[in-house]
Amino acid sequence: MATPTSTTAPVKPPTDAAQEEQTSALQDDGRERAAAKVSVRDLDFFYGRAQALHKISLDVSSQIVMAFIGPSGCGKSTFLRTLNRMNDTIPGTRVEGSVQIDGQDVYAPGTDVVELRRRVGMVFQKSNPFPKSIFDNVAYGLRINKLTSGKSELNDRVEEALTNAALWPEVKDRLKASALSLSGGQQQRLCIARALAVRPEVILMDEPASALDPMATQKIEELIVELKRQFTIIIVTHNMQQAARVSDKTAFFWLGKLVEVNSTERMFTNPNEKLTEDYITGRFG
Amino acid sequence: MQNLQPNIPTPATTHGASARAWNWRRTFAPTGNTGDTVFRLALFGAAFFLMLVVLVMIGAMAVNSLPSLRQFGFGFLTSRVWSPISGDFGALPFIYGTIVSSLLALLISVPLSLGIAIFLVEQAPRGVARPVGFLVELLAAIPSVVYGLWGIFVLAPFLREWIEPFLARWFGWLPLFRGNVTGIGLFTGGIILAIMITPIITAVVRDVLAAVPVSQREAALALGATKWETTRVVLNNGAPGIAGAIILGLGRAIGETMAVTMVIGNRAQISASLFEPAYTIASVLANEFTEATGELYLSALIELGLILFLVTFTVNGAARLLVWSVAHRAGGGAVGRA
Repeated sequence: MATPTSTTAPVKPPTDAAQEEQTSALQDDGRERAAAKVSVRDLDFFYGRAQALHKISLDVSSQIVMAFIGPSGCGKSTFLRTLNRMNDTIPGTRVEGSVQIDGQDVYAPGTDVVELRRRVGMVFQKSNPFPKSIFDNVAYGLRINKLTSGKSELNDRVEEALTNAALWPEVKDRLKASALSLSGGQQQRLCIARALAVRPEVILMDEPASALDPMATQKIEELIVELKRQFTIIIVTHNMQQAARVSDKTAFFWLGKLVEVNSTERMFTNPNEKLTEDYITGRFG
Repeated sequence: MQNLQPNIPTPATTHGASARAWNWRRTFAPTGNTGDTVFRLALFGAAFFLMLVVLVMIGAMAVNSLPSLRQFGFGFLTSRVWSPISGDFGALPFIYGTIVSSLLALLISVPLSLGIAIFLVEQAPRGVARPVGFLVELLAAIPSVVYGLWGIFVLAPFLREWIEPFLARWFGWLPLFRGNVTGIGLFTGGIILAIMITPIITAVVRDVLAAVPVSQREAALALGATKWETTRVVLNNGAPGIAGAIILGLGRAIGETMAVTMVIGNRAQISASLFEPAYTIASVLANEFTEATGELYLSALIELGLILFLVTFTVNGAARLLVWSVAHRAGGGAVGRA
């Protein structure tokens, strides 16, 4: 399923020496990398000739919320989209470096992109429900991936997903209504439910609340905190308060580079880098 | 600023309008600006002119077809006889020929057009999509008489030598594919129509699909959809627009005259076989108008014109309804809402 536009780093043999060399940027050993849910090493990304990401290395462990912050155009959304190979759809893009999910190289030539995207779900900035009923929206991923073996199981999984997305009470009496009849906040939670329904392991969220009002935003944030019990969540946000509220770890991107990764508490009180502090305290950006 | 003042609608002017006498000023000069008034009157005039043309056309055809209407009544629609010599005129063979050739054209053209459009939008690399898209538009601009010539000299012999014998041999058990293999008849007419409407349907469907937001494709892909499943989401989004494109093609097929006339055989008969010659309304009008001598003959032809007009009118109306209902059932497709 590899596309001609993306190249991959040669797959290195899984020896300790090779692993150590590869991970030297983070000064951790091979065992830690294998333990991480998502593990990225020396990732470069190009739109044509323009390099959007420079040597990004980052680990995300299981069942946490990781927030990406940084000014517009710093590459955080681009980086997020490299994790489920969503950038493959954009002509003329190129990836170098390695992304592993559960130790499997995402950009290896034999990777099944369809399977990868089922395991790594995504919620977009602007809610994008299909022009179908509420039920059919949530059932879509289950149906195309043939994840259920009967009508009642399908119903159960849809209910489970809508419950997890905190939308069930509001829609349970009108599952056949058009998804487009929901409010903006409800539509976004429907999109989250749709992503949850296929039980992904990692959920990528690209500014999921940026188009919503404060009440709807609060609901989404509560939801994210709730969801991290089951899923690994990576969220891109422009809103630093939001990052502080929902995430366990925060990564700060600037001009296509990863400046700092730290626990969220430390990041917002006493960051290691001067640049991070300047950005967070609003001295630029 | 004073020009803005009358522009603000008050309850009295919007809701109480029926209670008061019609005021030309409110309709034609709501802003009170002379230039605006002239502009508005000109636009009203243009729209009114269009309505006038349609009404005059219907009126003229209705009046001129009166002798035929009086003579044959509803029997005109059901009679299979068309005999200028004995003065018997019936429209059924022409209605049959028009409908069957158009439906045959759609049957062939719709899958082909959808395939090309999907390829151009979803699969083709940009270096291929551009020139092929340009070719499609070029095909739509070829005059129909050229299609007709090509139909006589290339398509008809090809069908006679290769396709029709094949169909007759393997599907001859169907009445549709029995009879003389001549290359001139309903079958060839339907195929030439299919070739003519394919560029139109393709071009419109391509624009409809291209207008489906990327976010819809990404939503499907992010859930683990394959290319085919993503394409289905795109088609679902564009369904109203696609329906519109098909109707547009059907309208063209029904009204197409020259190319069909050249290959359909022009015999007023109804035969189960697609290989037999047939006749369409548009073709008989083009062929026989100049030789229509008697008043009854001429008015029968004009009545055929009226029927053609009503058929296209009905098809377009049905199309609007279809597009509207698809759009509403789907909860509003992202594009192509009528």
